[in-house]
Amino acid sequence: MLVLQGIVDGILAGALYALMGSGLTLVFGVMEVINFAQGIIVVLGAYFTYTFASHLGVDPFVTLLLTIPIMFTLGYAVYMLLLRPIKRDRVIMSLLVMYATAVVIEGVLDLVFGGTLVEVTASYGTSSVHLGSLDFPNVYLLAFGLSAVLLAALFWILYHTKFGRSLRATTQNLTAAKLVGINVDHVSALTLGIGVGLGAAGGMLFGMTTPFNAASSYDLISRLLVIVILGGFGSVWGAGVAAIVMLVIEDVVAVVWSPVWGQTVFYLVLALVLMFRPQGLFGRRLARAQ
Amino acid sequence: MKRRQLIGRLRATGPRRRGAVLVTAAAVAAMAAPALGVGTAAAHAARRDALHGVVTIGASVSLSGDFSATGKTTQQGYEAFQTWANEHGGILGHKVVFKFLSDGSSPTQVTTDYQKLITVTHVNFLVGPYSTLLTKPASEVANRYHMALVEGIGGGPSVFEAGLHNVFDVSASAIYQGISFAKWVAKVYKPQPVAYAAITTPFNEPIVTGIKKYLDSKGFTTAVFKVYPLETADFTPIASAIAATHARIVAIGSQPPDGEGLIKDFVSSGYNPTVLFEVSGPDQGTGFVKAVGKQNTTGVMWPNTWYPGANEGVVNTEMEKILEKEIHVKSVSLLSANMAEAFSAAQTLREAVDHIKSLTNVKLIKYMHSSSAKFTSVQGPVCFKPTGQNACARPFVFQWQHGKQLQVLPPTAPGSFKVMNPKPKWGQSKY
Repeated sequence: MLVLQGIVDGILAGALYALMGSGLTLVFGVMEVINFAQGIIVVLGAYFTYTFASHLGVDPFVTLLLTIPIMFTLGYAVYMLLLRPIKRDRVIMSLLVMYATAVVIEGVLDLVFGGTLVEVTASYGTSSVHLGSLDFPNVYLLAFGLSAVLLAALFWILYHTKFGRSLRATTQNLTAAKLVGINVDHVSALTLGIGVGLGAAGGMLFGMTTPFNAASSYDLISRLLVIVILGGFGSVWGAGVAAIVMLVIEDVVAVVWSPVWGQTVFYLVLALVLMFRPQGLFGRRLARAQ
Repeated sequence: MKRRQLIGRLRATGPRRRGAVLVTAAAVAAMAAPALGVGTAAAHAARRDALHGVVTIGASVSLSGDFSATGKTTQQGYEAFQTWANEHGGILGHKVVFKFLSDGSSPTQVTTDYQKLITVTHVNFLVGPYSTLLTKPASEVANRYHMALVEGIGGGPSVFEAGLHNVFDVSASAIYQGISFAKWVAKVYKPQPVAYAAITTPFNEPIVTGIKKYLDSKGFTTAVFKVYPLETADFTPIASAIAATHARIVAIGSQPPDGEGLIKDFVSSGYNPTVLFEVSGPDQGTGFVKAVGKQNTTGVMWPNTWYPGANEGVVNTEMEKILEKEIHVKSVSLLSANMAEAFSAAQTLREAVDHIKSLTNVKLIKYMHSSSAKFTSVQGPVCFKPTGQNACARPFVFQWQHGKQLQVLPPTAPGSFKVMNPKPKWGQSKY
């Protein structure tokens, strides 16, 4: 039964990480930018939620109506102001720009909020649904639901809209997309906006499940990068599967054996997968070189 | 070897060998200088003495990384001491100025920081960083330059096992911190399964293993013992494993944010242990309340040598007032124990320096090791074993009771309140 509880915990937490990682993989898919700021963006989203929820007294989910547009605008602005002007050594320079952005955001958060750990609270945040001896924490069930809705919306945008076609075309071949008249800059800016907006939603859920401060971003970004590498850079679907695989492995090993080995076993699985599929579970082999 | 002979020998060798000789000589000189306490150390002392009217104290604090929450409160404790000391004549009549560097919670950076504080900033004295993990490398750097490191938040066994004579911990050491709790459990409860978990840091894990060892000797059994790495972000599986045992007694070697995270998971799963002991987290005052919700604080216990409102004399009251004013907390009961630990370290340093009437670290170390050296800090009495541990420390256990942090163990100690046992169910704190 403990194994089953581990699986349940892993799936529920995995959905949350899938949402947080989706922005990272989406941005890489379109721009080939490893968004090192994704961890701090999630934390920024959590702080926005914390601030709005505590000052306006509204439900954390309602704050998404404010945080997603704000964060979307932030992402759009970062692309237009910081990434678009880069003309040479784009991959490495954009990596540095996003790293610098992360450091600046972390500094501002430290200045405004200090290092004290805070948490987003809600009345339903500390209760669970009990099925037999299994616990389904309400907050994780809601996180799972929101992740499913937002990821489904993302898939709908990707596969059923003109913008989605442009985005996928840009992902597949940047030069060809330009040749057929796609405004690549606009698509990229919107993509970063969406990625950062998804970070806002992920941040709200992260803040509801874990006490956090600005430094929480370091552990987050390392985990998100691992998820995206396992899933395959650029694959939203892959990030989702990888997040659930990672968290289920970690949680089952942690409850049955030891939390220390939970992460070790996961990294062993990651190494084995990359030996046979260097592009990750759902990544495309050298897509851009074709 | 005389200079002329040396030049002659160098001329007689080829350029390559000559270079090797010079490099070796330079390396030996560089290594020998600090060890012999000549050259570099003397030059630093001269520069330090040249700073008229100001005594500088250096500290590395964790303003980012894993310890950023507690690193900040450590800095606030030192800053409160700076304010207090300067209102009370400074050190030896000189104004006290702290020099802070940020270490990002990294043992590598903390080494660089203390090296820089000694050789570039030329501080007069050093006080410790946050955690055993960072205190150990810091004490090694200080030792290399014959400087004392007075600290209050690095009491894990590994700090003292190094055999250094320059490190002085003003708080209760890790191995003593859980014993009051373990003795109380063995007295109040019949032998039964106990659930343990601990983060793999050199301070937190030894406290829990110490409790376990004591309770094992009294016939208690281990329901589960989960050891988890520092970077753990998802505490649900650990909480699930503990909850599945239905153990009534839980002892966790936590530090922020895992202690808070585990409580939240216990709350949401409806698991209500009757005794919950956490090494760190509950001692963070307002930070703990914000993280777990004020309605879930009551009954949680933790070890320490100080609590807000402690009856430790005038200085303690003055320190609490300064902190209340400087960091804008609504009540002193929300102050973090790290602040008092940091304040105590600097306070003990000041008392020792005022006694020897000198800014020389070698004299300071010698005096602090002497049997006559006894100090009074906001955490209580301080005197040192040859290893640097505080032999006079009182390892108390505290408990949140309806919004207040109260000293509860040892039960016979002056100022102890009655333990709230069993811990009320989650959500039942009254304000």
